Amino acid sequence: MEKYLFVALFAPLVGSLFSLLFTAQKKNVITALVTSALLLLSFVSSLSLMYAVFNGMIIHVKMMDWISAGNLNVPFGFMVDNVSVVMMVTVTLVSSIVNIYSMGYMMHDKGYNRFFTYISAFVFSMLILVMSDNFVGLFIGWEGVGLCSYLLIGFWYEKDTATWAGNEAFIMNRVADLGMLLGLFLIYWQFGSFEYDVVFAQVGGINPAVVTTIGLLLFIGAMGKSAQFPFHTWLADAMEGPTPVSALIHAATMVTAGVYLIIRASALFSLVPEVGHIIAALGAFVAVFAASMALVNRDLKKIIAYSTLSQLGYMFVAAGLGAYWIALFHLMTHAFFKSLLFLGAGNIMHAMDDELDIKKMGGLFNAMPYTAILMAVASVALCGIYPFAGYFSKDLILAAAFNGGNYYIWIALFIGAGMTAFYSFRLIMMVFFGDKVYKKLGFHPHETYPFVLWTLLPLGVLSTIAGFFEHPFEEFTTKLLGKYDFGMSHATEVGLQFLTLAFVILVVLGTIYKYGRGGFSKQIETMPLYILLKNQYFIPKIYEVMIFKPYYVLSRFAWKQIDVRIIDFTVDLIAKILYLLGQRSRKMQSGNLSDMLRWMVVGIVVLLALAIFYRPGM
Amino acid sequence: MITLTHYLVLSGILFSIGIVGVLRRKNLLMLFFSTEILLNAVNIGFAAVSKYYGDLSGQIFSFFIIAIAASEVAVGLGLLVLWYKRSGTIDLDSLQMMKG
Amino acid sequence: MFEAIAFYMFSILVIGMFLIVVFSKNALYSMSALAGGMIFISGFFFLLDADFLGVVQIIVYTGAIMAVYAFGMMFFDTTRDVKENIRFKKIIYTLSTLSAIFVIFILLAPVYSGKIEALYPSIQGVGNIQMIGLILFTKYLVPFELAAIMLLAAMISGIVLVKIKMEETPTDIEVAKGEK
Repeated sequence: MEKYLFVALFAPLVGSLFSLLFTAQKKNVITALVTSALLLLSFVSSLSLMYAVFNGMIIHVKMMDWISAGNLNVPFGFMVDNVSVVMMVTVTLVSSIVNIYSMGYMMHDKGYNRFFTYISAFVFSMLILVMSDNFVGLFIGWEGVGLCSYLLIGFWYEKDTATWAGNEAFIMNRVADLGMLLGLFLIYWQFGSFEYDVVFAQVGGINPAVVTTIGLLLFIGAMGKSAQFPFHTWLADAMEGPTPVSALIHAATMVTAGVYLIIRASALFSLVPEVGHIIAALGAFVAVFAASMALVNRDLKKIIAYSTLSQLGYMFVAAGLGAYWIALFHLMTHAFFKSLLFLGAGNIMHAMDDELDIKKMGGLFNAMPYTAILMAVASVALCGIYPFAGYFSKDLILAAAFNGGNYYIWIALFIGAGMTAFYSFRLIMMVFFGDKVYKKLGFHPHETYPFVLWTLLPLGVLSTIAGFFEHPFEEFTTKLLGKYDFGMSHATEVGLQFLTLAFVILVVLGTIYKYGRGGFSKQIETMPLYILLKNQYFIPKIYEVMIFKPYYVLSRFAWKQIDVRIIDFTVDLIAKILYLLGQRSRKMQSGNLSDMLRWMVVGIVVLLALAIFYRPGM
Repeated sequence: MITLTHYLVLSGILFSIGIVGVLRRKNLLMLFFSTEILLNAVNIGFAAVSKYYGDLSGQIFSFFIIAIAASEVAVGLGLLVLWYKRSGTIDLDSLQMMKG
Repeated sequence: MFEAIAFYMFSILVIGMFLIVVFSKNALYSMSALAGGMIFISGFFFLLDADFLGVVQIIVYTGAIMAVYAFGMMFFDTTRDVKENIRFKKIIYTLSTLSAIFVIFILLAPVYSGKIEALYPSIQGVGNIQMIGLILFTKYLVPFELAAIMLLAAMISGIVLVKIKMEETPTDIEVAKGEK
């Protein structure tokens, strides 16, 4: 089975390196075809690995020694087990679909070849992150996806906003990564190894305070990557990148890496329920917080981005409460329907000439019915309506929150579910139904290429049916992850499910009714709450005033005072001294025989003096 | 009683006279003369050491030094003549071509 | 006693002669003084029982080398003093003195610590010239032959160098320059 592992891992790298050769050239379809084929190959290999793991095999490969320094020994090892294989299949599936989709989406783009290089590089990094058998490999993949994310957000580097957003994402992630790095150092300090097996085997015997610290530090890293509060601002701004990138990186895969880290280190986190509680509380907060911002936003992609944030909050709640397999399950189903939602949004953008304001759309259903149906499916799945995928996974999270006795978390998630229903259908209604505003603005929307729609179909199907795999999935993943025991009675469970479902459907119907009749009046936009939400709780402003500006002042000070006055001065001084020395000593080399002889005698005297007075070792 | 020290001191004095000549004079011919002084100073030292330690090696070295001095004069004087023919002077500073 | 008188006398003479060589402005005086100094140095050799070396000194230095200088000087206009602008006098004297002191120090250090042993002790009752011949043609045969080759090469090069463009004299060159 090892060869499948290597194929799955290295096929994207080969694809990336192949299309790298073409980056300086004009658009060449071969890059897209080759990378797509290799990603599909990787997907097929992952599937066969999944089959193998399903039959009880765990593949653990040590490819070579990687870092050997003193006591530090980090192997270049990979592990395919029940958790990582789920991630592998999800990642390779979504990336294959996105890659094929991009052939249509990026059809007329200048950076066509470059785009596919980055995408494949991203998939490779993500697979390293997922498959590594030690924390260092995970961290390398972690940074690798961060780099690819930066490159892809700033893909249209001519746009200032795009480069700004790329930098923002990169820098915020670095800040959070500092926490993660400290966590890794602490792990090494305590366990003397980075390998999961070694670390998790010993974790029980370590001082709980230290484990708590490690857990918190790792969670800080996860917060950055998964854009949890207070690192959440970069994700909305990351929508400057091409839409397929948003679908792949900022919805389905990279941002879930934080959740994956928590699941991976479940052995560690399950020992410190306090940390888990913090994680869950923060997740619940973000779930509501982000959903509330999505309520009023008018930017098509940002609504979905906030929705992603909110759903990541749900995942963290599950992971924090110890329901690791539920978190992983939601991660997977979310990957399907959220990438479908993003790719559908990409179709709309394409049709509307990159217009993102949903107020300028409306009534697009007639122009692009297939996209509308797919997005509706994705939205329904997102809201969690039976029998779509989101219903199962989200319901489990709510149940877990209720079960743990954390009723305030449950209430937050419950409200979040209502908000989700509202903004999802607000989006659907405003984009696809209602007045055809776009006609006044002179747009001529049209359905996209058929092959693009066909590639979205698998996602649509999976968004519909993935939920029915709940029990096999539980069985499959709980072999590795701890079982989560619902202590409540069946009646309570059904009651909760019914309550949530009824609430969500009610909100959906209300939204459809309201927007079917023209939506809210203009007056609402003057309400303080609306303004607060519209401005994202003024958090970007606060960051600007509290962090950016002082930092700018500090940097300017460092530049003007420290760099120019001290460092440059020192460097210049050295240069000046050397120059002066050269000026003075130039006379030594006059070429005059007399002068040369004089210097020779000086040399002789110095050597004689050395011979007489220099006594080493005396 | 004249000891080895006397001879060596004499040798040193002559050597320093030779160095003064080398450094001081600008006449190329004088430079050659000074070189001869240096060599002779060393010769005296060798001969003296040879005598006071009953070892003939010193004298043999002096002998070779004299041979070297002879060759040096032959070649050096030839070159000097050549230079004089070309430039019409034997001033050391005339050898200088760099602007310094 | 005789040895001391001879030593001091020769020392004074040699130092005086060499000082004249170094400080005289006229090259002709210098050369004459140098020749004299050479002969007085041979006196030291005789004092040191190095008869052969003394003879060689007189023959080679005063006879051959000085003669070569004398002939060489015929090429130059010795009546015309070379104008010398001498700078850094203090430095020159300091350097010379320092180097002399250091050299003497280094040479004397093993003498006083008594760490020298004779490599080829001279045999009593055998004449100096005989001994020299014995060592020169046994231990030092190869260097001796090499020295012979070197002298030959030097002689040839000396002849060749001086012979180049023998037909052109400096005056010719100056005239040629003037015509231009």
